[in-house]
Formats: sequence, structure tokens, C-alpha cells
Amino acid sequence: MSDIVIAAKGLSKRYGTAYAVNGVSFDVAAGEIFGLLGPNGAGKTTTILMLLGLCDISAGEARVFGHDPMREPLMVKRLVGYLPDSVGFYDHLTAADNLHYTARLMGIDAAARGKRIAAALDRVGLSAVADKKVGTFSRGMRQRLGLAEIVMKEARVAILDEPTNGLDPQASVELLQLIRLLKDHGVSILLSSHLLDRVQSVCDRVALFTAGRIALIGTVAELGRQVLGGGYAVEVEADGGNNIAKALSALPGVRSVGEPGPGRFRMACDNDLRAEAAGAVVAAGGRLKQLSLDQPSLETIYTRYFQNAQEARDAA
Amino acid sequence: MRRKGSPWQGLGVVTLKELSDHLVSARMRVLEWLVVLVALAAVYGAITQIRDVTAEDPFLFLRLFTTARDPLPSFVAFLGFLVPLMAIGLGFDAVNGEHNRRTLSRILSQPIYRDALLFGKFLAGLAVISISLLCLWLLVIGLGLLLLGVPPGGEEMARALIFLLVTIAYAGVWLALAMLFSVIFRSAATAALVTLGLWLFLSVIWPALAPAIAEALVSPEHQATLVVTGQMLARLSPSTLYGECVLALLDPTTRTLGPVYLNQLEGAIMGSPLPLWESLMVAWPQTVGLVAASILLFVGGYVGFQRQEVRA
Repeated sequence: MSDIVIAAKGLSKRYGTAYAVNGVSFDVAAGEIFGLLGPNGAGKTTTILMLLGLCDISAGEARVFGHDPMREPLMVKRLVGYLPDSVGFYDHLTAADNLHYTARLMGIDAAARGKRIAAALDRVGLSAVADKKVGTFSRGMRQRLGLAEIVMKEARVAILDEPTNGLDPQASVELLQLIRLLKDHGVSILLSSHLLDRVQSVCDRVALFTAGRIALIGTVAELGRQVLGGGYAVEVEADGGNNIAKALSALPGVRSVGEPGPGRFRMACDNDLRAEAAGAVVAAGGRLKQLSLDQPSLETIYTRYFQNAQEARDAA
Repeated sequence: MRRKGSPWQGLGVVTLKELSDHLVSARMRVLEWLVVLVALAAVYGAITQIRDVTAEDPFLFLRLFTTARDPLPSFVAFLGFLVPLMAIGLGFDAVNGEHNRRTLSRILSQPIYRDALLFGKFLAGLAVISISLLCLWLLVIGLGLLLLGVPPGGEEMARALIFLLVTIAYAGVWLALAMLFSVIFRSAATAALVTLGLWLFLSVIWPALAPAIAEALVSPEHQATLVVTGQMLARLSPSTLYGECVLALLDPTTRTLGPVYLNQLEGAIMGSPLPLWESLMVAWPQTVGLVAASILLFVGGYVGFQRQEVRA
């Protein structure tokens, strides 16, 4: 149990009679990147604020390194670094001065402050603009400065709310790289996002939120199996030969073979049949041009899940 | 449920940061100029008047604060509206400014309680006002020394010093009010406008309205009750409290701030000054009222801030 850094059990937040978060349970293990995914208003930010003790918990319990954020908020906030959605800084202060202020709030002693700030700014690539006013910073730079704050804090968990929201593709790729780097330094990361495909690339495990509940939880591959009915999709591109489609469908473990275009075949199979498919194509006298395994994308899983849920509701 | 950790953690850091923000801000430049101009105008007006009118006065120096010369109001009257303006100017965007800059959740995710942030901002605002008022006070006294050529007595200085302290308490009321509205209203402009509106109402309209309301409540036969009720109502306004306080402190002949019955005047020597301690007693309820009002307003803002959502 010692490697669980964040634990939520039946976490709920009620406003009047409406539940913003309703009975959410999940664990974040040490050293992993855990994604809270879902549309805006699904309860991701509220969940995060409850974990930080910035918002009262209506029911259920949360533990961060075994500390209750309701009773020991200062302890929790000392261990956790938080990057809020579209983070703000004092525009009239320089990047370094902004970090100086939070460093003093964190209680970092004066001797260590300068060095830690410089190191943190260097890590996120903002050393060159350390003495520029934050008012001149782009959105991506502000997000990076927010990450620098977490680095400076030497937090053991980083909670990032919509870190790539509103960034251009280049900036968000850079930010995701920084997040991976943070993980490499042994920081566990909980991040929330509504941008599924971008987040898929960094998350070890994800929880899909919908209307205040967690619909699905697990690794992307697990979710794929669960929602898309398991199985693998292998794409084969080949020409020549005689009746490649038939040869492919004769392989053991193949459920069906489709032909989306001339010379292109799509096999739905129980396991990864790439090697067997290659053999079959060659044996049938065809020239194999391309062979690929479709990774299930979160986007597909997500839409399919809600289609299924909708159909189930319609049927009932 | 008890929370662990001190609510004071980070208070000093927040106060110093807010103080340095205030001191370099454009608002502070405006304040500094206001302070200098007000001091010059008030002293000039008072001194020309004092030279014309007063020959022998044991409290000549205090006249510097209270004497007016048309069309300029007295120094005290200047302060009566300068102080609220300063306080509102420093406090109207204290909390909603953090919200709108989206810095609030980032700051509160550091190991401090909300208490430290709010109280630190209040302390910093009060410190800035105190610094400005102290400068203003020293300027006026210095100019008075130069231009009058009469050194103030010990009691005069004591009265002037207490007057300074009361003025700071008065500023605290308006600062707490401005911060309360900065918690309630998310838009800084709305908060500023509402606070200024309330200030105008309390300072200008309410003193005129209070006797009228008293007349509606009390039958006109009870003349004394009528006057007292009117006065009680008027004292709901901090401006009235401040005005009465200053009157008692700076005019030693003030024997009471309420109505005086004829039998109470028996044996009194009209126009003779009260000793400092007695004047202080006269002004005491008003002073306590001002301090209590700032505490109440601050607590209101505190409760509102604790219950507020952090997210932008």
C-alpha cells in the first residue's frame, strides 16, 4: 500500500441537490501518470480541488500520502504541486520574482531559494526570460512557469489541471515532454484533460469521467479491450497474388476480413496476427507493402462507450 | 473538525509582498501627490485664518487641524473624505483581483491557509495608509511649526497623536468594507462602485436622513428622545463617529457629544478646556465603535472568503 500516493474513495461533492462529483474512487500509484479525462463540467476540477483541500468534501474520503486534505491541508499542500487550469501569475513581477514569492510561501529558506529557482527555470527552458515581466509571456510560457514552480517545490505529486488547454500544437508537445521529464524524476502525476488523443500519449492509466462519475478506469489498452470488444485490428496492404482476402480469413483466430480499398485488408482478430498475416500474403503469392496494428485510440473508446451506453438506454 | 497547522503561516510573506506591490504601484504615486497637496492646502488655509482671527489660544496648534478658510475645508474635513478614498482605492480589488488574474488557486495551493492571505492583505493596506497618514501628519505639523513659529505643547502633541491613531482606525473601517465587497463581487469595477456608493450614502446622505427617520419613529412630544434617537441612527455611519471623535480630541472645550440638559450645566465653566484624559473618555465610545466596525466588516469578508469557490 505504500506505493499509493493518492487514494480517493467514494469522493462526492454536492451543491444543493446536484452532485458535481458523485462517488468517485481511484488510486494513483507512485511514479505513474494518471489521467482524469472527460468533457468540461464532468467534475474533474472539483475532484482535484477536493484532493488539495481547496474545496470541502461532501462525502467519501481522500488521502494524499495518507494525509486527509480536509484535516491537514497544509501537510498535503506541502507535498503536492498544483498547476491550475490556465494558471495566472503577477504580471508586474518578473518570472523569478513570482517564483520567489511562492518559494517564501512554501517556506524554502533564503539560502536555497535562488539556486532552486534558477534550477527550476532552467529545467523548463525559461532561464533566458527569468528577469522578464510575466506580463509579456505567452500562454505556453506561463504553463511552463507553473511547472517550474512544481519543480522548485520538489513536490512528490504534481496535479495538473488541463495543462495543454489552449496551447498551440508545438507548445503542447513541449509541455507534454516536460511532464514526462517530471515523471522521470520520480514525481507521480495526476492530470486532467478533455483533449483525449494528446493525453493518451503520456498517461499510464486513465479514468474516463462523465457527469460526475468515473465511467471507465484502466490503461488505454485495457479500456480498448473492454469497450471495443477486445481483439486486434491488423491492416494489411498488398497487391498481386490470388485471393489474399481468403488466405487471410483462413488464418486461425481471424474473425472477419474487410476490404476498405483495393489492395487493402482489415482483419479483426483475437490476437496480434501480424506475423501470420505476412506469411499468408507471401504464401498466396502477394507482395506485402504494409502491415500495421491499430492501437485503440481513446477517442474511439470514448465515443464508442457513450454510443453503447446510449444504445443500452434506448433499448431499456 | 479541527484543522492542523497554524493559520498565521505565510502571513508575514503575504503582508510584505502586498506592501511592496502597493508601494510601487501607480495608486501609491497618486496617493503621495494627494498627501502633499492636501497638507499644503489645509495648512495654508488654516494659517491665514489663524493669523487673522486667533490672538491668544492655549491650543493654537490644534487649530491647525480644525480651522477652515473658505473655500477650503479644514484639514480634518479633508481627511474625512481623503481617508475613505485611500482605503477603498487600496482594498477594492484585493480578492477579486487575485481571482481575475487567476493567481488565487495557485497561491492557495501553497502551504498557507486562506486566513493568511486575507489578513495579510488587510495588514498591508493598513500599513500603507498608516505610512501616508503619518507623512501627512508630520508635514502639517512641520509646516505649522515653520509658519506659525509657535512650538506645540505636550498635551497638544498627545492629542494630535491620538487623533492620528483614530484616523488610522477610521481608515481600517473603509479598508475592511472595500475588502468585503472585493470578496462578494467578482468584478473589481462593481466592487469599487458599490463601495464608493455606500461611502457616499453613509457620509453625505445618512447624516441628513437620520433625524428624519427619528421623527418618523418617535413622537415629537419627546424632544429629548427624538434628538437621542436621531443621533444614535446617525452614528451608524463611520463618518459621523469619526467626526465626533475628532471633535472631542481636537477641541478640548467639547464636554459631551450628546445633548446637554440645563441641570448638567450647573456649575460648569463654559468654554474651559477639559484635561486630555477627560476628552479621551468623551471620544472613547466612538473610537471603540470604529474599531468594532472594522472587526465586524473584516469578519464578514473572512467568512465570505472561506466559503468562496477557489476556481476561476
